[in-house]
Amino acid sequence: MTSLVEFSAVSKSYGGIPALTDVSLTIEAGAVHAILGENGAGKSTLMKLLAGVITPNGGTIKVDGIERQFATPRDATALGIVCMFQELSLMPHLTVRDNLLLGDGGPMLRLIGGAAVKAVRASLDSVGGSHIGLSALVSELPLADRQLVEIAKAIHRRPRLLILDEATAALTAERVETVFAVIRKLRDEGCAILFISHRMYEIDAVADRVSVFRNGRHVETFAAGTRNRDEMIGLMVGQPLTELFPPRVAAPAKGVVPLLSGRGLSWERGLDGVNFDVRPGEIIGLGGLDGQGQQYLMHAVFGVLKGVQGTLTLDGKPLGGVTPRRAKAPGVDIALVPEDRKTEGLILDMSIGQNLSLAALSRKPYGLTNAAGPADAAIARLTERLEIKLKSLDDPVKTLSGGNQQKVVLAKWLALSPRCLLLMDPTRGIDVRTKAQIYRLLQELAGEGLAIILQSTDYEELIHLCHRIYVFYRGRVVREMSGDEVTPDALIAAALNAHSNTAST
Amino acid sequence: MTETGSSRSGRFKVPRVVISAVLLAILFALYISIQPRGFSTYVLTIWSNQGLLLALAAIAQFFVVLVRGIDLSVGPMIALTNVVASYLISGSPAQVALGVVLVMVVGIGCGLLNGLAVVVGRIPPIVATLALGSLYSGVALLLRPTPGGAIDETLSDALTYDVYGVPTALIALAIVLILVAIPLRRSRFGMSLYAIGSSRDASVMTGIRVPQMTLAAYSLGGFFAALAGLYVSMLTLTGDPNIGPSYTLNSIAAVVIGGVALSGGVGSPLGAALGAFILKTISALMFFSNLPPLAQPFFEGAILAIAIVLGSLGMLRVRSRLERFL
Repeated sequence: MTSLVEFSAVSKSYGGIPALTDVSLTIEAGAVHAILGENGAGKSTLMKLLAGVITPNGGTIKVDGIERQFATPRDATALGIVCMFQELSLMPHLTVRDNLLLGDGGPMLRLIGGAAVKAVRASLDSVGGSHIGLSALVSELPLADRQLVEIAKAIHRRPRLLILDEATAALTAERVETVFAVIRKLRDEGCAILFISHRMYEIDAVADRVSVFRNGRHVETFAAGTRNRDEMIGLMVGQPLTELFPPRVAAPAKGVVPLLSGRGLSWERGLDGVNFDVRPGEIIGLGGLDGQGQQYLMHAVFGVLKGVQGTLTLDGKPLGGVTPRRAKAPGVDIALVPEDRKTEGLILDMSIGQNLSLAALSRKPYGLTNAAGPADAAIARLTERLEIKLKSLDDPVKTLSGGNQQKVVLAKWLALSPRCLLLMDPTRGIDVRTKAQIYRLLQELAGEGLAIILQSTDYEELIHLCHRIYVFYRGRVVREMSGDEVTPDALIAAALNAHSNTAST
Repeated sequence: MTETGSSRSGRFKVPRVVISAVLLAILFALYISIQPRGFSTYVLTIWSNQGLLLALAAIAQFFVVLVRGIDLSVGPMIALTNVVASYLISGSPAQVALGVVLVMVVGIGCGLLNGLAVVVGRIPPIVATLALGSLYSGVALLLRPTPGGAIDETLSDALTYDVYGVPTALIALAIVLILVAIPLRRSRFGMSLYAIGSSRDASVMTGIRVPQMTLAAYSLGGFFAALAGLYVSMLTLTGDPNIGPSYTLNSIAAVVIGGVALSGGVGSPLGAALGAFILKTISALMFFSNLPPLAQPFFEGAILAIAIVLGSLGMLRVRSRLERFL
């Protein structure tokens, strides 16, 4: 095997925060090289360097033994390095055909002939995309098909080094196998493949070599199969991970009056007579398949939806005309951690400190003076409690890793000392260690008497964290489960509404 | 996750261009029915000439909007090229030909300058083209403080009458649209322009030379503004530094009506041209309706404003489909 790309002592930092420190790594032709690491370990920085999106602060990158500097992705592609970033490499308003053709680097002004189109079709078919029409608009394709088109686009360029970042996240096992067959074929033809995935079994299935990254450093590289999964996780985390799910705090007694209740909540586009109660100190879960109304219930409670029927009761008193502003006001004290932290939870270009104080802006002194309000002190305590890794509060929030961004969203709301916390899929796309931290925090908060409503697509989370679970199906609660009833099988059966509807409200 | 992609069949959607064409046909029929002269080659020719002028302006706007920009200097560029034409397009056939070339060079130069301000100067398009547009107007005014000059009448006659009852303007428009549409749809250059408007980041990742392509789009905008400026000269036979203002807003409204997304990446020159003819037909309708003359600018303004507001709605749509209280 010959080395295709060689990193020597490469470092990269953003605004003083090191993202990659002193990395030396060799990528060999004709091998599938898996990169493992938690979020924020430096995997994506490594890829961006190779793809020419960013340039290193120190160290050298050699391709074919010659030192190279890529200023743009174009330079990287000229050397045969093609990167498939998640959801970043397709033009949504263009057809599948145009997307693939644009990537092939052909002459700009010549008219495109039938041969080029045939080649596009062949590339798409080879990754298992024969059911996708060339004239379909990318924006109209389902996510899985879009991912296949992205892979086809990358392969269509005949890369020498193909970088796949979570390329198969939206694909079913069967499709993944087709894609793996293509990866193996490319490897056998001498292409180097850098493979990034969070799914351990995918790495077992396809990788020849594995490199582990932690905190921006290259920890170790070994041949696939020489370490078992536990050892690999140990290397990623740096220490054996203590219990992922902390012990559950005791559920509040049956007699405790619910803090927040909903009766007959309906919304014409997705809620149908939902009842729920949450007591102080209780964590309730909203489960079910994706998009069965769980999200709408959260939005309804937080007052973002218009025209919701039914009643909400807080402390036994009716709560009408909720708006986000009222929901978070003192006396009501509801906080919502939204689903998409990048668009709904944070203002990415603003600093961490500003983001943290956003929710508290309507409290005295309304952000008008620099005088530290009580919320500021709370923020300082919270950044410590949540172990948010940051250099300075003045750095833009987008410089943080996904897990730390999510902690910022949490901290911003906790600073208002809410009594009821609504969490929408709070651990999506977050690494194991941060997940464990958030789980511990939730149990602590419940122990302090917070009422928590947790919506999650992760069954494990619902089973291990919640005292009670409402399972949604088509806008209705079809099942309420608690205690020993909660098993993965029962939960899945309820989510699919496989049960008879006897338990429905 | 459902993987049953029905993407090969898909629901049939009426293309936007067809909707615009049908709307135009209806408006045109209405126009013929109230136009006192009824249908004649003369009426058709006048209508086509007016339509072509705005269509060229709209195509100029189209190229800039396609790459997610906006060009507020379309009107001033038309005025400037019109004024330049009034000095250069006369004399011997060779002089006229040279004059035409020079007018086009002026237009491309203005467009390129807009592009440089946006790409190299990193000034938002709306500010860059507004500022440079007032510069172009100023130059036009310096060159010819009052309307005047001369235009070659042979060329003018050839471009503003008809051939066997078919207005030359429509023939010219058809040729322009075909010449533009083929490379736009079938070359990597044309696709790149759509790609940049659709997603700048993905275009960069795909290895498209985004800065150069953006410059090319602005220059093409200047080219078509110069064509519009030339055609104004053909119609009026003079150079007038003050004809610009209405074309800027009208060109934006025309692309919006023609289905070009102000957020970039969607639309076609044919759509832009149809939008232009729709607008022109509406104002012709208004001219022959019994509206008091002083009220017409109000109604024209209202139609423009409504068209632009409707076109912008798509741009402002929030990610989620929540109906907000705030």
